[in-house]
Amino acid sequence: MAKIWIRQAVLKALDDAMTDDPSVIVMGEDVAVAGGPFKVTEGLLASHGPERVIDTPISEMAFMGAAVGAAVCGLKPVVEMMFIEFIGVALDQLTTQAATMRYLSRGRLTTPLVVRASAGAGQGFGCQHSQMLDHWFRGTPGLKVAVTSNARTTYGLLRSAIEDPDPVVILEPRVLYAEREEYEFDRDYRIPLGQAEIARPGTDVTLVTCGAMRRVALAAAEASSANVEVIDLLTLWPWDRKTVMESVARTGRLVTLEEAPAGSGWGGDVVSSIAVEAFGKLKAAPHRITLPDAPVPYSGALEARFLPSPAYVAEQVAALVSTNKPPLPWWRNAA
Amino acid sequence: MTISNSNSPIARREALQDRLEQLTRMIEIRFVEDRIQKLFAEGHIRGSTHLASGQEAVSVGIARSIDPDDIVTCTYRGHGHALALGVTPEGVIGEICGRVIGCAGGLGGSMHLVEPEVGLLPTAAIIGAGLPIACGAAMAARARGKDRVAVSIFGDGSANIGAFHESLNFAAIRKLPVVFVCENNLYGEYTRIELSTPVEDIAVRAASYNMPGVIVDGQDVDKVAEAMGVAVARARRGEGPTLIEMKTYRYSGHSRSDPATYRPAGELDAWLKRDPIDILADRLVSESILAPGGLDQLKAETRDAVERATGQVLDSAAPDLGEILSHVSASSAGGDQRWHFWP
Ligand SMILES: Cc1ncc(C[n+]2csc(CCOP(=O)(O)OP(=O)(O)O)c2C)c(N)n1
Repeated sequence: MAKIWIRQAVLKALDDAMTDDPSVIVMGEDVAVAGGPFKVTEGLLASHGPERVIDTPISEMAFMGAAVGAAVCGLKPVVEMMFIEFIGVALDQLTTQAATMRYLSRGRLTTPLVVRASAGAGQGFGCQHSQMLDHWFRGTPGLKVAVTSNARTTYGLLRSAIEDPDPVVILEPRVLYAEREEYEFDRDYRIPLGQAEIARPGTDVTLVTCGAMRRVALAAAEASSANVEVIDLLTLWPWDRKTVMESVARTGRLVTLEEAPAGSGWGGDVVSSIAVEAFGKLKAAPHRITLPDAPVPYSGALEARFLPSPAYVAEQVAALVSTNKPPLPWWRNAA
Repeated sequence: MTISNSNSPIARREALQDRLEQLTRMIEIRFVEDRIQKLFAEGHIRGSTHLASGQEAVSVGIARSIDPDDIVTCTYRGHGHALALGVTPEGVIGEICGRVIGCAGGLGGSMHLVEPEVGLLPTAAIIGAGLPIACGAAMAARARGKDRVAVSIFGDGSANIGAFHESLNFAAIRKLPVVFVCENNLYGEYTRIELSTPVEDIAVRAASYNMPGVIVDGQDVDKVAEAMGVAVARARRGEGPTLIEMKTYRYSGHSRSDPATYRPAGELDAWLKRDPIDILADRLVSESILAPGGLDQLKAETRDAVERATGQVLDSAAPDLGEILSHVSASSAGGDQRWHFWP
């Protein structure tokens, strides 16, 4: 099996999608001539030409909106937002226009567009370039939201997103771009949106996570004395209730691990759904491991503490399993 | 010499009225950036950093033309502006190294420099974010009866973002005391201006908003200061905003990972011949303010001062973990409950 950079999985998914479907176009800042700020679009211009691989000015509102117009009229644009925060200046076009197109046309119009962006903390980019922001999109009916976690899920999710008739936001944890992994591309491989996967089976506790936290969860599970089942949610909206529910029914315990502020992450929805629908199956109150409700700090030691580490996750999970009581997060213990 | 005895931001700012200090500050900016590049290679700096070597005259020209209680918004390419406005080398290098000695206590990093004492709002990592904020600062100045201006610094690429057009329009109809300063260094990330912008001069866009649009040789600190002076005076008189385009050049790539291979051969060399430090040094020699050969001495002294500042930074601690939860809102840890800028 070949070892590839995870960013190559993005490129391969885009390249294959463009080859298979002439309506797919790619647009964003520096994606064409420069081959992408993260080098995930290198070579696309040469193989697909400037009408389909489009460098834009720094005008997110314009190109996001243009993608909406193009999508509603028959193209399948894949928009690169570089760092997900940049969507902020174009949010109307995505959350208010694209997301409501189907609804407002009573199902007669569809907006098959994909917004992909790097996201997340861990590399010292400071607070305006380190957020996941999935909660912005998850809070918008009409949008689908997925997060990639390795080369295979990157390829599988991106291909599905491009084929999806609705607007999809795909977040790519940028800490992963620089990682290499064994993966053999299969052009037919897809991960259906809305389907989670069990990344590691276990019997004592269900640890639901996504994105870069998948690795953290797996490492924590390895280190843990408890037998931890790890579920990679993959799609945050719509999310796979069935897989999570069945797992919790087996283990009796639920922990979510999110790279999101405590007050607004997807775990709140997962936990409340399970608490409501599977209350009788639970041996312990569900527990959320999140970031604190604070901006991402720059300084290295602080950012490392800010993000859940495998050791911290293992400790939190162990505390839940051994006492059946959710432990406090570190910042409340400290206070 | 000049640097070592003026180490508070305000004192450093006031010192800029001195001709020699202007030159020294430009050299300081250059050397601090050189040192930052080295600190990066040495593993002391995380994430990314955006150097502005070659653009020093713009920074110093702006800083010497406004008062410390005027307000400045600026982008991630703000090391030079922060130093010019008065932030100390320890404050800038310390922030970029994530140490408590840094101007944001190590919480912000390279893209987020700040010093309220000299009017610098936190520099923004989002293109265009500073322009509307400058409009608001100008509104507040007027509402509170203050004779103050807001200066917003951004790049040529940023002039294609909605916030640029909306802010110019907004400032113009309300005759707000804002100076919009576009640093045209010919590139936005890896893209040359012709490929992103249909006009050669950003300044022509001022016409759409019925404000003066001025083109300035951004390599010449005196020309920068002169144009700034006119715009600032106009703003203070209540006649409204000005768009000033500084023609300049960044010697390095966009950020640390960019070798700038997209530049046409010879372009960098042509700009190096019009280096802002040399232009001012030659002028000071001709004005008998600087002895012939004095530049070398100034450089040696400045290099030592920057080295001392770097040493101080490397001796400075990383912030306490408790800082993670500080300053998020007024009720968080961290003390100061201030709710406005100007007392
Ligand atoms: C809204 C937004 N879009 C994109 C970016 C990414 N980005 C950072 S710097 C840059 C180029 C800016 O060029 P210019 O405005 O000319 O400023 P310069 O870097 O040349 O000083 C881009 C596109 C961003 N920071 N914010």
